[in-house]
Parts: sequence; C-alpha cells; structure tokens
Amino acid sequence: MQMKEHKPLIVAFCCNWCSYAGADLAGNNRLNYPAEVKVIRVPCSCRVNPMFVLRAFQRGADGVIICGCHPGDCHYVSGNYYTRRRMAMLFSMLDYLGIEKERTRIEWVSAAEGAKFAATMNDFVETVAKLGENKRLEDLRCK
Amino acid sequence: MQVITREQLIEKAVSLLAANTVSCVLGWSRGEFDYDVSPAVFRSEEEVRRNFVWNDFCGANMSKYLISKASGVDGKILVFLKPCDTYSFNQLLTEHKFDREKVYVVAVPCDGMADFRLIKKVCGEGIISIDSEDAILKVKTLYSDSPISVPLTDVLAERCKNCKSKKHVAYDELLGEDGNVLESGRFDEVKKLEAMTAEERFEFWQNELSRCIRCNACRDVCPACTCEKCVFNNPSSGVENKAAANSFEEKLFHIIRAFHVAGRCTDCGECSRVCPQNIPLHLLNRKFIKDINEFYGEYQAGEEIGLRAPLTDYTTEDIEPCEIFHRRDTDA
Ligand code: SF4
Ligand code: SF4
Ligand code: FES
Repeated sequence: MQMKEHKPLIVAFCCNWCSYAGADLAGNNRLNYPAEVKVIRVPCSCRVNPMFVLRAFQRGADGVIICGCHPGDCHYVSGNYYTRRRMAMLFSMLDYLGIEKERTRIEWVSAAEGAKFAATMNDFVETVAKLGENKRLEDLRCK
Repeated sequence: MQVITREQLIEKAVSLLAANTVSCVLGWSRGEFDYDVSPAVFRSEEEVRRNFVWNDFCGANMSKYLISKASGVDGKILVFLKPCDTYSFNQLLTEHKFDREKVYVVAVPCDGMADFRLIKKVCGEGIISIDSEDAILKVKTLYSDSPISVPLTDVLAERCKNCKSKKHVAYDELLGEDGNVLESGRFDEVKKLEAMTAEERFEFWQNELSRCIRCNACRDVCPACTCEKCVFNNPSSGVENKAAANSFEEKLFHIIRAFHVAGRCTDCGECSRVCPQNIPLHLLNRKFIKDINEFYGEYQAGEEIGLRAPLTDYTTEDIEPCEIFHRRDTDA
C-alpha cells in the first residue's frame, strides 16, 4: 500500500502592517507558496502569546512561523523587539523539551518583500515536511 | 542543625511582639511529623512558644504569604527569611505585591534544608521522629530498633546542594552572620540535557512530565506566580486540570508556567520542593535563567528592588531566535 504523502500544516502569524501586506504582495505578483500555509493576521508580531504557538501545535500544526516588521520598523514602535526576546526564549525551551527546533521560526518580512514571503514559506514548508508529522506536541483530542 | 537555634528565633519573636514592634509573626509551624513543617501566622507569645519550629525542614519560603498576610495586619508583621527567600521578597516588592512598611524582616542564616524524601530513601518509611545533633540527623522509625544516623549533607534538598547565595539581600535585622553569594553548579544538569539529542531530551521530559497530576502545587507555592487570575484556573481554557488524553496538557502547563515566571523566577526551588511527583521543575526554570544570562547578560531576579525583568525589556541588538540554534550547532 502506498502511504499518502504527508502535507505539513503550517500556521503563519503575520503582523498586519508588514508581513500580511507582504503576503498580499506575493499573491498579487502570483508568486507561489503552498496552500498548507495558513496565515493568521495579528495586529503586531508581539500579539502572539506563547500560548498561541502551543495551541497551534495542539490543534494540528506541524510548524509555526511568526512574521513581523523588520526590527526598528514595528508600527507600534517596539513590539517586535519584545517578540524577539519572547520567542527566542520559547523556541529555545521547546528545543530543550525535545520538540524539533526546525518546527518554529521567526522571519522579518516587510510589505515590500512579497518575494521574500513566498521564498520563506516555501523553505519552511520544505523543512517541516522533512520532519514529518508533529507528534511531540499533539493532542489526540484534537485529531 | 542550624547555626541559629529555634530558641533564639522564639525569643526574637516574643520580644518583638512584647515591644509591639510587630503584631504577628509569619513563620514555620509544627506539622503532624517532624518533617512536614508548614507556614503559619502566630498571633501571641503562647502560640509562638507552642508551635513555632525552626529545624532542618523549614524549606518553605515565607515571602509569598506576605501578599495575603501583610495587608490586613495592624502595625507590622514579622517574617523570618532565609537567604534564598530574601530574593523572592525583593522580587515581590519590585512587583508591588505588598507594602514594605507593613513588614519587619528578620534574616536567618541557613545551613541548608533536608529533603525528607531523601531521608525516606535511606531510612525507609515509618519515620517517628528526627532529631539533629551537629550535622547529623537521628532518625527513629517504626521498623528500626535504634535511631539511624544520617549526615545532613547526604540528604540536602537539591536547591541547597546547589545553593546560589547564603547572603541576604533584604532585612531589617540579621541574626548571626551573613554569608556570601556562591558559585554553584546549578546549571550543570541543564547543560547535561542540552548536550543530549532532541530525541533523548523528549524521552527525558516525557518521562518526567507525564507523572504530573496537575495538583497545581508548584504554581500555588511559587512566589513569582502571583496573578490574581491565573490562566490555569480558566475552565474554558481546556487545560485547567488533568485530562485523560495524551500528554499535551502537561507540556503546555509546564512550558507556560515556566514561561510566565521567566526573568522573575529567583530560583528559590519551591516548585520542586512541593511537587508530590518529584518532577524536577527547577530544570525548566533554570533553562530560562541560563538562556537569559547567555543572551541578555547575567541577571539575578530579586537581587535588588526595582530591577527590570529581561522579558519586559529589549535592546535593538538582541540575538535573533534562529541565531541561538546556529550558535549552539556551531559550538557543538
Ligand atoms: S502560571 Fe502564569 S498565569 Fe498562572 S499564576 Fe503563574 S504566572 Fe500567573
Ligand atoms: S506540583 Fe508536580 S504534580 Fe503538581 S502540578 Fe506541579 S508538576 Fe504537576
Ligand atoms: S507592527 Fe509589525 S511587528 Fe509590530
């Protein structure tokens, strides 16, 4: 029997002002990125509570990526600086608990970087696909 | 054996009560057994003389109780603090959790506290009494004819073996002599884990965390966990107690609990002390402390009042999350 190819589910938290617009631009320019990337718009990257990341994994995500304005460009002045510290801590902790570190990522994507958005997502999907399904942070009740 | 004796502490408490410097005393009280000492408020000389204890089992950190106990008192409340407790005390003041003016702190030097679980490992169950002479514990049990001698150093609690400081960072009055900040091996275990493969780490934590019964004792005792409304009390969160599913909940609970206190945790070790399942929670907290030290500069929560916690701060030059792993991979 042939195994069905596993398509990774990716949750991408994108800040409204830069990365979400970047995703739009990628679309307008007809750049391809996999449909398995589910974009969730947040007002600012720092809106992403560590709980969101864990929840995404719980509900079946295989990888979580957070995209925000480049450092210095946050539309709420310093939000992404806090995001950077918080997520550095969280990702490091997840790695410490043995959750594959390739499943989490942060990327700064501006509104003008449609091509970077598409490239980032393609690369991330490919990386996560290699790891296969998220087993270490799953919740059977949500399957 | 502690350098300062129970009698000395009782006399101190009684004299402060008599002089009306304080109106009540927060300290350790006798429990059912010699080793289950618990926090209590004493309101009179008689209560102090009857139930106050100070022995090798006074691990409980009194600072958190000030949040609920300091506000209602007439005048001041006396609290006895060990060196590690004073860090929590400062951290709580930094977070404006109680009024410093309501508290009279007597600092007590500490020779390290015993972990009764380790004593049980040596002496077995059925402990009737534990006396200490010098640095030797004399343990009487139901099943041994004569008392079993155990050196205190053999049964020290983990946090005391790796004590970070014998120095008090806050007090109104000091009994005996103050110690120093120590070089401790408290990150050794964390480093060992870091050196493992992700697979091994996962196994390790799966084994530890799956024992969790979600009693929430670690959160309740934590001097950094002082939210009036805790996420883990929210019945619609789906993670407010243990469910008979797979282990996601324990992981979520432990990651979030440790994350919420990251940068504010003083490493007092109370969480690991109270865990009925003996889960090494300090290894989670210390991972955050170690990371913070490495990435954002050495930081000890509670060292001074008013320090800004690293996760409520930033610099424009902070390390990128991907850099952390890159750095580690190239170091390895
Ligand atoms: S676990 Fe988090 S929300 Fe709950 S009391 Fe502790 S810090 Fe507050
Ligand atoms: S004290 Fe131990 S068993 Fe209780 S919730 Fe905390 S880790 Fe779980
Ligand atoms: S507004 Fe884009 S990261 Fe803050």
